[in-house]
Amino acid sequence: MLKQIEGSLGIAEAVALCRPGAVCAYPISPQTHIVENLGKMVKTGKLQDCEFVNVESEFSAISVSIGASAGGVRAYTATASQGLLYMVEGVYNASGLGLPIVMTVASRAIGAPINIWNDHSDSLSQRDSGWLQLFCESNQDALDTHIMAFKIAEEVGLPVMVCMDGFVLTHAFERLDLPSQEQVDQFLPPYEPREFLDPKEPISMGGMVGPEAFTELRILQQRKMHKALPIIERVTKEYRELTGHHSGGLLDCYNCDNADVKLIIMGSTVGTAKDAVDELAKQGIKAGIISLKAFRPFPYEALRAAIGDTKNVVIVERHFSYGARGILYPEVERALRGTGAQIHTAVCGLGGRAILGSTIKDIVNYSLNNKFSSEMTWFDVDTKLINSYLKDTEGVTLPEGPLPEDVLMDTLQKVRA
Amino acid sequence: MLDAIKFYQTGSNTVGNRLLNPSMRAVQASSDRPNTLISGHRACQGCGEALGARYAIDAAMRATGGQLMIANATGCLEVFSTPYPQSAWRLPWIHSLFGNSAAVGSGLAVAARVRAKKAGNTNVPRVIAQGGDGGTTDIGFGPLSGMFERNDDVLYICYDNQAYMNTGVQRSSATPPAARTATTQLVGEEPGNDWGKGKNVPLIAMAHGIPYVATASVADLKDLEYKVEKAMSFHGARYIQILVPCPLGWGSASGSTVTVARLACETGFYPIFEAEYGKITSVRKIRQQQPVVNFLKLQRRYAHLTGKKADPKVLARVQAMCDDNIRSFDLLGDEIPETMPVAVQAHERSHEI
Amino acid sequence: MLQIRLHGRGGQGVVTAAEMLSLAAFLEGHFAQAFPSFGSERTGAPVVAYARIDDKEIRTHEPILEPNAVVVQDKTLLGAIDVFAGIDPQGFAIINSAEPAEVVVPDLVKKLPAGHVLTVPATDFAMQKIGRPLPGAPMLAALAAATGVFALESVQKSFQSRYPGKVGDANADTAALAYEYIMNLKNGGNNA
Repeated sequence: MLKQIEGSLGIAEAVALCRPGAVCAYPISPQTHIVENLGKMVKTGKLQDCEFVNVESEFSAISVSIGASAGGVRAYTATASQGLLYMVEGVYNASGLGLPIVMTVASRAIGAPINIWNDHSDSLSQRDSGWLQLFCESNQDALDTHIMAFKIAEEVGLPVMVCMDGFVLTHAFERLDLPSQEQVDQFLPPYEPREFLDPKEPISMGGMVGPEAFTELRILQQRKMHKALPIIERVTKEYRELTGHHSGGLLDCYNCDNADVKLIIMGSTVGTAKDAVDELAKQGIKAGIISLKAFRPFPYEALRAAIGDTKNVVIVERHFSYGARGILYPEVERALRGTGAQIHTAVCGLGGRAILGSTIKDIVNYSLNNKFSSEMTWFDVDTKLINSYLKDTEGVTLPEGPLPEDVLMDTLQKVRA
Repeated sequence: MLDAIKFYQTGSNTVGNRLLNPSMRAVQASSDRPNTLISGHRACQGCGEALGARYAIDAAMRATGGQLMIANATGCLEVFSTPYPQSAWRLPWIHSLFGNSAAVGSGLAVAARVRAKKAGNTNVPRVIAQGGDGGTTDIGFGPLSGMFERNDDVLYICYDNQAYMNTGVQRSSATPPAARTATTQLVGEEPGNDWGKGKNVPLIAMAHGIPYVATASVADLKDLEYKVEKAMSFHGARYIQILVPCPLGWGSASGSTVTVARLACETGFYPIFEAEYGKITSVRKIRQQQPVVNFLKLQRRYAHLTGKKADPKVLARVQAMCDDNIRSFDLLGDEIPETMPVAVQAHERSHEI
Repeated sequence: MLQIRLHGRGGQGVVTAAEMLSLAAFLEGHFAQAFPSFGSERTGAPVVAYARIDDKEIRTHEPILEPNAVVVQDKTLLGAIDVFAGIDPQGFAIINSAEPAEVVVPDLVKKLPAGHVLTVPATDFAMQKIGRPLPGAPMLAALAAATGVFALESVQKSFQSRYPGKVGDANADTAALAYEYIMNLKNGGNNA
């Protein structure tokens, strides 16, 4: 059914269609509207056989979810930023226990300095948490991905984090097509866990494992991640056939045929970038967009196929790793090893700085004009602001325009003695 | 509250079964005992926690007809009972983290209710969350208070051995003053744990107004069983804190766990009481009052209070703490305190050494 | 694609107005998008919200820097921030004021085509019908009247679906007043 609603309400409706048994809520912007709406649905009876638990922290939000999931019901929660970090111990625990919890991360920067706006540093801080991490490019994609996430989580036996850009998507009021309850029931069968805590068949979960078996359990966990790749593809196919929605998948290509440069992007920037490359196409500039949906497990083969023989590849990263470079870069390089592709990272859009169509065009032109001089370059930088600090304290300044990492490092050699 | 016991064996102060009517007898090895925490686990000799858990959980199993699940915090109880691939638990049991067993318990209770409702089943499994004093009074305190405040249908059992024993005997907020731990060593001008610190979680639990709060000890297993069964007769959040001596951490003999626990009660060091909806309903009276030194001298964690070099002023202060408990809880009289007792820490903080 | 930027102050329903604008367009079968400027602003602070209307899927999520229409719900913002920044030379501006546009924003009147800069006493209308200073519905109705891109009825229906009952109806009545006011102005009536 078509509705003109806020992204968060769309997610709440999608989660409700999946018939969760437990929804845990702790307020943090920008995910809060999702759980508020779910709480309302439980209270009005629209969402039945579900309990809504107002917990006292994110740590308890994930912990109640762990208990509910271990107790044999679908469990859902949502968080962002500091909240995700506050629950980290439970995040790792949930995947180690193999509990198919679904959690929305309404991606937001991490402080200090405190910042409520969007970037991907919260979700990517959980790169090694053992959760599947699926990124969404639009509210329709996010809505559909949540429904697929329950099925994927339950088939794989691991929790799934659905990452959608905070505010940009969660607070955007857009046209959304909600599948019917009958469609979702057909797609997602009632939850029948293989193992759960049941007095009829008592099991112990979460025992202590020593060096004699720990590696082997980790290998089995890694195997589940490998298994997840084809499951994501199959579930996506089933869902697309059922609804006609072109959502989900490991990745998605736009304008990629004969593209001279391909941009790898996660999240809501993809839509903005599609419009931008359409405008570039009118000027005869051929740029393609690869919307990377699955970050964990990482679709190395699918990405290699999507890049094909394109030689210019730029990863638009809304995050970076302190003291290192882009977080996606090593993954992309691994995927493209031996292809001879030139790979660069463009960092932009941190802490809610809007990534504009013009940003995307700048990145494309920078690449096609062979201007990338460093593995990583910062775009849309207010150089004056940095210089006003560096000039006074260290007597150095940075040039205007995109800032290559090597130029930033060079300033260390020029520091006033 | 159980009937008062009128006969004791001279010397040991123990109560022989033959002196009790059959319904009052503790049944160690009855054939119908559930043995929920089965033998073969790896607890130390004389472990108070293993003893307390065995009696508490079996009592809960009896009270629920076996419809019981446990969420266990990280700690000795978890480590000694479930070394992969073995488990000493004969009921559904989960260990998640150190600080979240109350919240995991809440989640289990949600799942049990939702599943039972969907299946049209009225027999909903009950939930116990449990942990040591560190997992309860310190790191798990936020989730514990949240579970209390929501009045979730969970019985939380704290096995209180007054320090972080699993990690090697470090101080917790349940460690009593002057006690030696690895982080409050017997050195300096005020050896052992600081005075005027610590928190009284049973009283804090009462302040949440939850249906049932009790303290118990492994010195009186019948009382413990009674309290667990009583707790299971309520729905909503409940809290039982059991004093479980740790021979390793306390420096007491493995064979004297029950004796040490009994002296903790008989000296006023550890008041045993029950409360319903924020109001005390029963107090376990001291049978034969003992000076606190009789409790302290069995434990090396208090070695500095009993030897030749002992500072009598510090010993007097520990005794004063016990006396404060005796007054606050009326441990020697016939009354039940009308108002909530003041935490003993408040008395300590107002004393000068 | 029509891009509209709405300015106002926290508490005036600026974000709601953008959402209702997108809903009105949706009800007419268009694709539409609305989003706030994502601030943590409190009551009384300047607030910006955006709306887009198109006949195909709206993919971009960038803020609107070059609006085809600017809606100013609070006249006191005019001296404080450049609310008309980036406005399309053929664009529209609707300002909440009882005074004529030539008095309120003389420079803008000269810059944009005749009849594209309009004022409407939206707060007065809101006080009459709703009893609270919520100028969202009349401002949208004025935009509808000025541009003809969507109908008054759609604005009314969007508020009535969000606020069923008296509040929605009062908003609808307020919208009608503003719509008539602008139509009268455009036709050279008494308000002109």
